[in-house]
Amino acid sequence: MRKVQSLADLQSLRDEFRAEFCPADVKKVQVKIAMATCGIAAGAKQVMNHMVEKSKELGLDIDFTQAGCMGYCYAEPTLEVSVPGRESVVFGYVDETRADEILTKYIQNNELVEGIIPVNYETTD
Amino acid sequence: MATYNKHILVCGGSCCTSGNSAQIADNFKSTLAEKNLSNDVQVIQTGCFGLCDQGPVVKIMPDNTIYTHVKPNDVRRIVEEHIEGGKKVEDLLYVNPITGERVEDNKEPNKFHKKQIRIALRNCGVIDPENIKDYIAHDGYMALAKCLTEYTPEQVIEVVSASGLSGRGGAGFPTGKKWASSARAKADQKYVVCNADEGDPGAFMDRSILEGDPNSVLEAMAICGYAIGADKGLIYIRAEYPLAIERLKIAISQAEEMGLLGDNIMNSGFNFHIELRYGAGAFVCGEATALIHSMEGKRGEPTFKPPRTSEKGYNLKPTNVNNVETYANVPIIITKGAEWFSSIGTANSKGTKVFALAGKVNNVGLIEVPMGTTLREIIYEIGGGIKDNKKFKAVQTGGPSGGCLTERHLDIPIDYKSLTQAGSMMGSGGMVIMDESSCMVSIAKFYLDFTVPESCGKCTPCRIGNKRLYEMLDKITKGNGTMEDLEHLRNLSVVIKDTALCGLGQSSPNPILSTLDNFWDEYVEHVQDKKCRAGACKDLVQYEINPAVCVGCTACSRNCPVEAIKGELKKPHQIDNSICIKCGTCITKCKFNAIRIK
Repeated sequence: MRKVQSLADLQSLRDEFRAEFCPADVKKVQVKIAMATCGIAAGAKQVMNHMVEKSKELGLDIDFTQAGCMGYCYAEPTLEVSVPGRESVVFGYVDETRADEILTKYIQNNELVEGIIPVNYETTD
Repeated sequence: MATYNKHILVCGGSCCTSGNSAQIADNFKSTLAEKNLSNDVQVIQTGCFGLCDQGPVVKIMPDNTIYTHVKPNDVRRIVEEHIEGGKKVEDLLYVNPITGERVEDNKEPNKFHKKQIRIALRNCGVIDPENIKDYIAHDGYMALAKCLTEYTPEQVIEVVSASGLSGRGGAGFPTGKKWASSARAKADQKYVVCNADEGDPGAFMDRSILEGDPNSVLEAMAICGYAIGADKGLIYIRAEYPLAIERLKIAISQAEEMGLLGDNIMNSGFNFHIELRYGAGAFVCGEATALIHSMEGKRGEPTFKPPRTSEKGYNLKPTNVNNVETYANVPIIITKGAEWFSSIGTANSKGTKVFALAGKVNNVGLIEVPMGTTLREIIYEIGGGIKDNKKFKAVQTGGPSGGCLTERHLDIPIDYKSLTQAGSMMGSGGMVIMDESSCMVSIAKFYLDFTVPESCGKCTPCRIGNKRLYEMLDKITKGNGTMEDLEHLRNLSVVIKDTALCGLGQSSPNPILSTLDNFWDEYVEHVQDKKCRAGACKDLVQYEINPAVCVGCTACSRNCPVEAIKGELKKPHQIDNSICIKCGTCITKCKFNAIRIK
């Protein structure tokens, strides 16, 4: 990675990374998994590995990201699914079975599955 | 196969469920079936929407519509008018509490009033904490760049002061004032220290920030270094946070690689290096002077202030010590401005506070609310109410240094001042909710049990005084207390508060004083009636099987670890209280609620 030279340089890097990490027009399905210590302890890592494998099997092209705490301790492991053209949905209590349902039912067929957590906070951007 | 084009989300949180949301979901399903729409519209129950005062709540996707106060007989209207007719049902639409308008389209999430605002946690759960590019994509290091190119160090401190940010570690000292004092100090070397020694039982705010967004803390420390004239930063973190440590290390090396930490940052001539220092997990090391001694390789013991660490800190050089959450607020204050930040919160406490909401609430979690939010909003809306529909009894804030507040404190807008006035404190953000099954004397004993071994032993009031407090509480919970003990308990608490050397000792009697004030009757019951109304003090309760309810299934006797339960199959059983250890196994095993605590 090259060194940032100035404020303007940082701004252009930001725009470049924005296109990569949070584009205005999302084309690919994104799955973010809450992976703080507590999420991992509740099984988030296994769920993510499982989903990566399973999505390959199903021929789904998905971006998986490990993120930090989403705050829903009561429902770990939790993950957020963003499908282009749909409002993103947070699912809680995700085990391998539910992960499969999320892939085959929700992502492939737009059928919601149990465990939806309505986001009850706003985030400052 | 069904190809849904609409989804009806019915809140299945406990408040909405008690408002008959299951019936609402059923009605939707049957009405849709009747109209042959079952393959187009899916009905599903979700978790809590956090709009408990307006439940039952129904959301229609993808139309961005939220309906509130929905009754089972509203379902037909919603299906016919909205789903079939494409016209939203005006009188059920969610009302924005600020504008008073019914919100037809919740596309803009900010139009939709939410109890929580994530500022310190803004990137947690959003970005990949192990990839600095993701942080930069979310305006990361822009605040540092702005400071280095547009602000003088004095101006940075002015912005932080004007924002009203204060120490999130618990005491609430104004951050700008602290920075100014370190900036004023003259020395050849100064330090910026991040206190990540989160030690309150049940608190995990700082860990979550470090694990979810480590770069925001690094950026803030560099900003602080620029403001006070320090080129070295140290993060004091407990070794029992391995993931936070790993992610901090990754973040530091990526930031160095990109020239966002290190020498001559962004060609400004400003140098800033950050290193980690590990703590062994002693509670007292969260106290600034003890923390610094521990970093120096000495015993983690506090020393008398003044001199403050901002004048003589690490290696006797001026050192600015702030906690993780405090730092996490800094970059966004710089980018969005002091005015924006100070517009959130109350007259004397600005911004938000992160709490680890735990205990007997339905939705335990990490929450961030504006200062001035009431305990009632936190417990009943964000927390989704008390578990198992039990009765609320108390809320403990501030960990071992805080106190227990009651029903009558539920509507106080919480900030540093109001919590202290009520006899508790903000603390670092642990918030434990208790219901009627919690014994307040035992709670006080629990916190003292924590404090006694955590006392460093340097000063007598804390080392010996807390031990004596614990012994008295132990005596009371065993049914041997006297009214004189209660008097001694209060007197000794006050003496320790007045005479202990550091914050740990000065605040350790708070759990006792607040419960004496708010739950005096319970103490008296323990002493005079030898009774524990919560049934938590084992020496004061007896277990009893109700012969009218017991069916003699033997589940209790088979699971009793001490064989205290006898009885024939299909006949009521009996408990021998001289053997019973009151472990509660029989109560959890009994399917008929036949076992009572007397």
